Amino acid sequence: MNQWAFVIAAYGVTAAATLVLSVLSWRAMRGAERAAERLSDRA
Amino acid sequence: MHRFANPARFLKIARPLTGWLFWPGLALILAGAACGLLLTPADYLQGDTVRILYIHVPAAWLGMGGWAGIAVAALMQLVWRHPLAGVAGRAIAAPGALFTAICLATGSIWGRPTWGTWWEWDGRMTSMLVLLFLYLGYIALANASARDGQAGVSSVTAIFALVGAVNIPIINRSVVWWNSLHQGPSITLRGSSIEGSLLWPLAPTLLGFSLWFGAIVLMRMRAILAQNKVEARMQRLARG
Repeated sequence: MNQWAFVIAAYGVTAAATLVLSVLSWRAMRGAERAAERLSDRA
Repeated sequence: MHRFANPARFLKIARPLTGWLFWPGLALILAGAACGLLLTPADYLQGDTVRILYIHVPAAWLGMGGWAGIAVAALMQLVWRHPLAGVAGRAIAAPGALFTAICLATGSIWGRPTWGTWWEWDGRMTSMLVLLFLYLGYIALANASARDGQAGVSSVTAIFALVGAVNIPIINRSVVWWNSLHQGPSITLRGSSIEGSLLWPLAPTLLGFSLWFGAIVLMRMRAILAQNKVEARMQRLARG
């Protein structure tokens, strides 16, 4: 197999995993902070 | 560190710092990866597969560095009762586990064309796999602590983190202590055995992934602190 296939696979796995964790972490942070803000506004 | 024991003071710094770490980190990762893929020459022996170096080394560094961070946080929790230490430990666990898994995956992909095998039960790979299992155990214990209503992690979880830190020097020295398919230490305090024309893109990817890791930890700490605030408020409302 062409060596570039291994290089692309390694970079692809890393890019996909870091992208997924970035999105999940950002969504968890925004969701939790919005919920906290809503409760503060209600109080 | 006790200056940041107050979550409000911590958040005042963490909010702007998240973006300052994330975007420069991402830019450095992309720039370093592009240089490593397009500008550096192929290795005379390994050919183009040597380009996996620019993501494999930062992943190994952050997998081990993440557990070192968890161990320091555990020590701060047990000795100084720092209120944010357990929160930091919980926040580091997921990105640390992810980078350990990336290190194993990219190492395996690199191993197939270079060594002729996807996996070898040698000291380096096995101790790195043990680190991944330690992360999974820590995450399970930390989640159990959170279900018990603790903001950070339990004392048992913190002790588990300290005991698990024994694995870090084992990973580091494994290629010296045992014969292995894995190469010996190529970057040490005394210098590098990697040719300079191949080495230079590693600096931006190493720094970039480290900044990105910091941003993810801050995002997860902010999420945990906000969730704790909501739960505390809900409990007060329920009590009337």
